Amino acid sequence: MNQWKNFTKGFVVENAVFVQVLGMCPTLGTTTSAYNGLGMGLATTFVLLMSNIVVSMVRNFIPDKVRIPAFIVIIASFVTVVQLTMQAYLPALYKELGLFIPLIVVNCLVLGRAEAFASKNNVWTSAIDGLGMGLGFTMALFMLGSVREILGAGSWMGFKFIQGDGMLLFVLAPGAFLALAYLISIMNKLSKKNA
Amino acid sequence: MEYFVIIISAIFVNNIVLAKFLGICPFMGVSSRLETSVGMTGAVAFVMVLATIATYLIQYYILVPLGIDFMQTITFILVIAALVQLVEIVLKKVSPDLYQALGIFLPLITTNCAVLGVAILTIQDKYNLPEAVVFSFATAIGFGLALVLLSSIRESLELVEVPKGMKGIPIAFVVAGILSMAFMGFAGLV
Repeated sequence: MNQWKNFTKGFVVENAVFVQVLGMCPTLGTTTSAYNGLGMGLATTFVLLMSNIVVSMVRNFIPDKVRIPAFIVIIASFVTVVQLTMQAYLPALYKELGLFIPLIVVNCLVLGRAEAFASKNNVWTSAIDGLGMGLGFTMALFMLGSVREILGAGSWMGFKFIQGDGMLLFVLAPGAFLALAYLISIMNKLSKKNA
Repeated sequence: MEYFVIIISAIFVNNIVLAKFLGICPFMGVSSRLETSVGMTGAVAFVMVLATIATYLIQYYILVPLGIDFMQTITFILVIAALVQLVEIVLKKVSPDLYQALGIFLPLITTNCAVLGVAILTIQDKYNLPEAVVFSFATAIGFGLALVLLSSIRESLELVEVPKGMKGIPIAFVVAGILSMAFMGFAGLV
């Protein structure tokens, strides 16, 4: 497969959030601001990249029947790495993302790529796939975070451009659902036009 | 009184799906029909309570005494995965009827973040064992409530003309958003 195509498919065509609707929990839960969305996205990208590499390395040694538990252990190890690293170097962000960092383990996107892609392809291709899908996911989270922060708090990446509060609803829970609904429908419209 | 507060808080105020965003995948995936969402709720309630008890005991009798609580994530997910398998096998043998009803949902539950989420929340909020059981059961009820509400609305949505771009997932999210807004009304309760 063309490596460039493999890398960029995660951005639009097979975007995890907008097209495949995977990994919804962190998508909705952590995007109260653009910065949080970016942090969560990058943490997931790291786990996705590393787990794809390792899964594809061991794919020929693992018996078919126990492959899912084996994948979960591999993913959980990298999640623990991220968890401990973040706790040490980015304590503020770690506190903000809270529960959603350990929950990367059960992000359907990560396990989905391990099962559908890394267990069938070589290391190099899987690494590119992991990175591409991860960056696509990060981009989606960053977009959703930006929309919610701009509408909800009147700021972007912590830079405030209106006085007082924005439409608080968008920072709270309902805003997450609504903002994502409209982003998906806009993406649907755009991708149909291209095709 | 204490238990009452935990129950109300877990079902309404901090509803696991609509306020905490856990378990969205099954929420969107199986909520197009009422019948499947009731089955899913049963399976989730069953596994969630069992998993919370199991992870609670492991956390306080194995991980903490050994000083390896950083292994929490990896241990918990394995315990949950094993437990789901076990429940599946036991149910198949003991109660084929129940297995018929819940069977297809069980494998999906391993990757339901609500189960792992509740297990971790129980530890974070420092509940004791009876509180943890009540909390996990109430959370499952809250999950079921949200699921049943959404699926009943989605069933009637099929008869409505939805704008083209909003069909399917987007309109489900809009409905979820409105439900979530309604649940915000409970915020002052506890």
